[in-house]
Amino acid sequence: MATSTATTVIKPTVEYTSTTRRFVMGGIFLALAAVIWLFFVRTTDPGAITTFGLNPGGSTQFEYPDWVFNSVNMLNILAGLAALAGGYQVARGFGKRTNLVLSLVAGAFIFGFLTWAAADQSLNLAGLLRSTLQRAVPITLGALSGILCERAGVVNIAIEGMMLTAAMVSALVGSLTNLWGGLIAGILAGGLLALIHAILSIKYKTDQIVSGTVINIFSIGITSFISAKFLQKYEELNSSGTFPQFEIPLLSKIPFIGPIAFDHNIFMYGMFLFLIVLHFGLFFTRWGLRLRSVGEHPKAADTLGINVFRTRYMAVILGGMMAGFGGAYFTLGSVGRFDEVMTAGRGFIGLAAMIFGNWRPFGAFGAGLLFGFADMLASKLAILGVQIPSEFLLMAPYIATMIVLAGVVGRSQAPAADGKPYEKE
Amino acid sequence: MAERPKPKASKETQPDRSAVKIFLDEVAKAPLIVPVLAILSGLILGGLIVALTTEEVYAVWRTSPLDAIRVGWDAAMSAYSALFNGAIGNPARIAEAFRGGDALEIRRAINPFFESLNKSVPYIFAGLAVALGFRAGLFNIGAEGQLFMGAVGAVWVGFALTGVPAIIHIPLALLAGALGGALWGFVPGLLKAKTGGHEVINTIMMNYIAFRLTEYLLRGPLQRPDSFNPVSPFIQDSAKLPRFFEDPIRFHLGFFIALAVAYGVYWLLFKTRWGFDLRTVGANPNAARYAGMNIVVVTIAAMSLSGALAGLAGANEVLGLNHNLAVAFSSGFGFDSIALALIGRSHPLGVVLAALLFGTLRNGAIQMQVSAGIPIDIISVMQAMILAFIAAPAIIRTIYRLRVPTGVADEIRVRGWGG
Amino acid sequence: MAPVLELRGITKRFPGVLANDHINLTLDKGQIHALLGENGAGKTTLMNILYGLYQPDEGEIFVKGEKLQVHSPTDAITAGIGMVHQHFMLIPVFTVTENVMLGDETTVAGEVLDRKAAAEKIRHISETFHLQVDPDAFVADLPVGVQQRVEIIKLLYREADILILDEPTAVLTPQEADELFGILEGLTEKGKSIIFISHKLREVAKIADQITVIRLGKVVGSTTPKNADENKLASMMVGRDVLLRVDKKPAKPGKTILEVKDLKVTDERHHLTVDGVSFEVKAGEILGVAGVQGNGQTELVEAVTGLRQPFSGTITFEGKDITEFGPRAITELGSAHIPEDRQRDGLVLSYPIADNMVLNTYYQKPFAKGVLLQEKTILETANQLVKDFDVRTPSAMTHVGNLSGGNQQKVIVARELSRPLKLVVASQPTRGLDVGSIEYIHKQLIDRRDKGAAVLLVSSELDEIMQLSDRIAVMFRGRIIDIVEAKDVDKRQVGLLMAGVRGEKKADGKKRK
Repeated sequence: MATSTATTVIKPTVEYTSTTRRFVMGGIFLALAAVIWLFFVRTTDPGAITTFGLNPGGSTQFEYPDWVFNSVNMLNILAGLAALAGGYQVARGFGKRTNLVLSLVAGAFIFGFLTWAAADQSLNLAGLLRSTLQRAVPITLGALSGILCERAGVVNIAIEGMMLTAAMVSALVGSLTNLWGGLIAGILAGGLLALIHAILSIKYKTDQIVSGTVINIFSIGITSFISAKFLQKYEELNSSGTFPQFEIPLLSKIPFIGPIAFDHNIFMYGMFLFLIVLHFGLFFTRWGLRLRSVGEHPKAADTLGINVFRTRYMAVILGGMMAGFGGAYFTLGSVGRFDEVMTAGRGFIGLAAMIFGNWRPFGAFGAGLLFGFADMLASKLAILGVQIPSEFLLMAPYIATMIVLAGVVGRSQAPAADGKPYEKE
Repeated sequence: MAERPKPKASKETQPDRSAVKIFLDEVAKAPLIVPVLAILSGLILGGLIVALTTEEVYAVWRTSPLDAIRVGWDAAMSAYSALFNGAIGNPARIAEAFRGGDALEIRRAINPFFESLNKSVPYIFAGLAVALGFRAGLFNIGAEGQLFMGAVGAVWVGFALTGVPAIIHIPLALLAGALGGALWGFVPGLLKAKTGGHEVINTIMMNYIAFRLTEYLLRGPLQRPDSFNPVSPFIQDSAKLPRFFEDPIRFHLGFFIALAVAYGVYWLLFKTRWGFDLRTVGANPNAARYAGMNIVVVTIAAMSLSGALAGLAGANEVLGLNHNLAVAFSSGFGFDSIALALIGRSHPLGVVLAALLFGTLRNGAIQMQVSAGIPIDIISVMQAMILAFIAAPAIIRTIYRLRVPTGVADEIRVRGWGG
Repeated sequence: MAPVLELRGITKRFPGVLANDHINLTLDKGQIHALLGENGAGKTTLMNILYGLYQPDEGEIFVKGEKLQVHSPTDAITAGIGMVHQHFMLIPVFTVTENVMLGDETTVAGEVLDRKAAAEKIRHISETFHLQVDPDAFVADLPVGVQQRVEIIKLLYREADILILDEPTAVLTPQEADELFGILEGLTEKGKSIIFISHKLREVAKIADQITVIRLGKVVGSTTPKNADENKLASMMVGRDVLLRVDKKPAKPGKTILEVKDLKVTDERHHLTVDGVSFEVKAGEILGVAGVQGNGQTELVEAVTGLRQPFSGTITFEGKDITEFGPRAITELGSAHIPEDRQRDGLVLSYPIADNMVLNTYYQKPFAKGVLLQEKTILETANQLVKDFDVRTPSAMTHVGNLSGGNQQKVIVARELSRPLKLVVASQPTRGLDVGSIEYIHKQLIDRRDKGAAVLLVSSELDEIMQLSDRIAVMFRGRIIDIVEAKDVDKRQVGLLMAGVRGEKKADGKKRK
């Protein structure tokens, strides 16, 4: 059917599954295998036994027996699998499934690391996973906020600021009214800051990075100001309490997974809900199609009668509200009070998770889990007695994002019109 | 985009234009009017926030709204007068001290002014860093991280190197600081030039890597042996930047180094062919390519140099003021410097002026916090608002009803990111 | 019966330009009405008015006899008007179905996309109108010809009766174009009416029922293919009566300066846009490269000036191989480049004139000593050049962005032609300029030729090529289809060559096959 016979196309030298990429990825797989073998296997006593606890604690309904196995054998198996994958990748290549294999190999590596760390010890695997999931909540919500904005073509580096302000507002209003009032106020605060971002970047066509910076600086200032002026002085203004934890009927009864994932407060469930709703909304509804079209090719959308400006306003404000929900987690979902700069860069990790997850909700969730895991592990290393400085684990998300952005692990696919103000002729 | 100069709007068409309006329009042609009005608006809004967050205002409001306004006004004024006293010095106290003739008391009275200059030093360096990036069309949002790495480099050379005279030790320590920052700028520069990875994301990531790395170093290799806190040892006396007065005035050589570097950046940007390369790549990369310039090299060099300047900011804090390194040594100089560079129009002179303003505000705010009970963070709020007005001059023009200036202005261009 | 579409007295002014001057146009049902004119004649502006992207200053639009106000594309779509833009309005990462239904989605329960139903509808359309396309394919993976079909399906999906196609063959291969013509005939048979915008004589003569020729924003004539041959159309389209006279002595060609052999160059999308071009330019002559824009001239110039690495072939400068050279090395050999897009490539608008005058020599003596720029020398030189080249400006420190287009171009000409030169590459040197500036720049180019430089002039302005060139190379689809002596041909013949019609030299044009 296609008769493009006469248009000569010289094949691009760099392709998605280029030889360079094949070797780089193969090298990464082999390197991971080598690390498992050199650093883990050789430092582990051959008779060592790893014990993984499978009960997250808290819930006492189920008691799973511990998972006990020989450390070195398991490590050898994992190293072998990674080496096999690396060998195949170098020799033949996994082609389009490379990224899937990469995540499997990375998973094997992480499992190997835990096996090694828990050699001759007992480690509560279920507890670790539960904690990972909790730490993934604000990161993922931040990433979803970024996805909403950037899918519509507006770069949002102000996720951090929006979260921080929302955390403060929800603690304050939550203390004055109740938890739900605090939550709603937090969401509205995020939306309000997003409205400012939208007005600056859509109406005034301010550089979107500058506009985001304005909001970040403002947020740090105003939250610390109010915190110092009121919250620290009047303790009753900063004691919102937290949303209670509750089990989801049926789902929480799923063996192993249930107690890990379905015995939390509303922020966890909210994250699951928004994850599904946003994925479905973006890719299966009219709303999402139009939103994405505005982020990819606003002019094309305009010629088809779609209001580019209105769509962008809507997306940015919704993104702000999402960040607001994520920000409220820090106070209403976690510690019940506001402390200065308590988000501590989680918004920026959310931004990183968005890029790592290729601007897709479930990709961002995966990245959020990975980054949450690093975050969780950093605080557990000391307990495990592992001689790796926790700071290096905390750097991992940032380094990983830079590698993704550099195109080593495959091109990241930002929306084509991301960051570009739209000018009607 | 290019507009021809429009003929002046004749007076007849707008008969009701007041003299003030005409004056404002004339002034609007001067490049300084928008920054000045933005700063003014920021200060006014800051005062408003102070008034609105004063509890007594609400207490009085119930009985007499008029009194409430007066109370609010008083609160704002007392805050600003505390700010002034903290930033420049209390005039009455200075006069009193000079009459009394006690040297220590005189130094105490005039100390606020010198402390403001001290506070400006990191702002000058970091502002220059961001400004240099802007000139090359790069958005260096990573000044904060580069500043950390600069401080690490400087403090390490400062305490580990012993037995060298100050004349060698100080330059070496400063160089180490510049190199630390340069490395943190080089990486995103390289990624930008070679892979197209957007420098905004990469510098944000580099910021956090720097924070974590600094934390690690201060808990490990660089920790003071006799301390349980994450702080470095004190630097050798030979690495300390000389101070010009006795205690409590901490005014040090760093201020003059900053001015010299600002002039150096000006000289580099506007007097040398390297600066011509850099500015052309920033202003129009296509024309730069057409003119045969090497965009890859210029991008990497500009980012590294920008990082080095931010690194010097950290080095000066360490070598001139703190004499050691703690995790919380920076009060966000790197982030504020973005606002600063924009207010200073990415010109070294503008940056120095804006840095003096920011340093003065920050220093004065300490006194404001102590005596008027206004948290120092109000400064960040004001800075954010000033930045918003600078970045969207249309807002300022709308508020003050200024005409849109004609001609081509220097603009910052940021390209989309991702692939 | 009222015509499907009628435009009456449409007028549109842009600052300084009268883009459309009281244009009337009538489109009958089931007809293909061709709008013929040179680039910049005002065709696209007219269609953008019809599609609601611009608002006319004067004039009325009638659809099926009823007066219509078109304020936005939505209004046009509602009225059954659809447009295929010259640059496709397709989203590469979306599938065909998603692109087609965007803005008019088939949904379940009001919101949820029903891709299956939409794909079914697309299949139905593609069968009815013989527009083969896979609804589930991603647009990025489709060849250009198929992408165009998607654009047409987009209109049919919205049940448009009036289809506007803006330069639809500009991006197509001849085979794809023939296929398109078949599709268009099928559409008219089913009662659709088409406005076909083009500057290509042959295809217009081939498929149009009605032809309206526009020149400089005005309708210069209306005809049918039966009543007009390509010769007549060519003269209607390009025939400018007011000619700019250029005095020039016969050329005295010397040794070969620039030689291009079997050059192949690709564009950003890896399409081979220069396909085996060979020519030489001698000292003291002007070689004009004529051709409709987009036939590879841009890439050719970029390759010759070192801005684009050729795919294969060689470029030599006085016998020296410069194929791998960068722009600076080529400039240093004694080559000047007046770029096609002066604001994009040739100038830094935020710089003063003085800095722009030394944009590619700033690093050399006397403008720099060591690393130091010699501002005084630069300014003095700039002042002299401003005077010599008659740049109208308050001072040499005025920002170039504040100058008029003509004066901007004079800055470039001054910079490029004031150096000792062996080669001048001038690409569209007078585009968009006023008559005075055009004349001035023409004189400068001839002057440089007379002083012994080789001049490579690339222009889509036929008049310019005719007046200045000693020899003319005509480019078509990436190839030079002929190189002729300027004195042996007239404008009509070159015009036909530009349209890809290879007649015999000195032929009267009727001998085309």
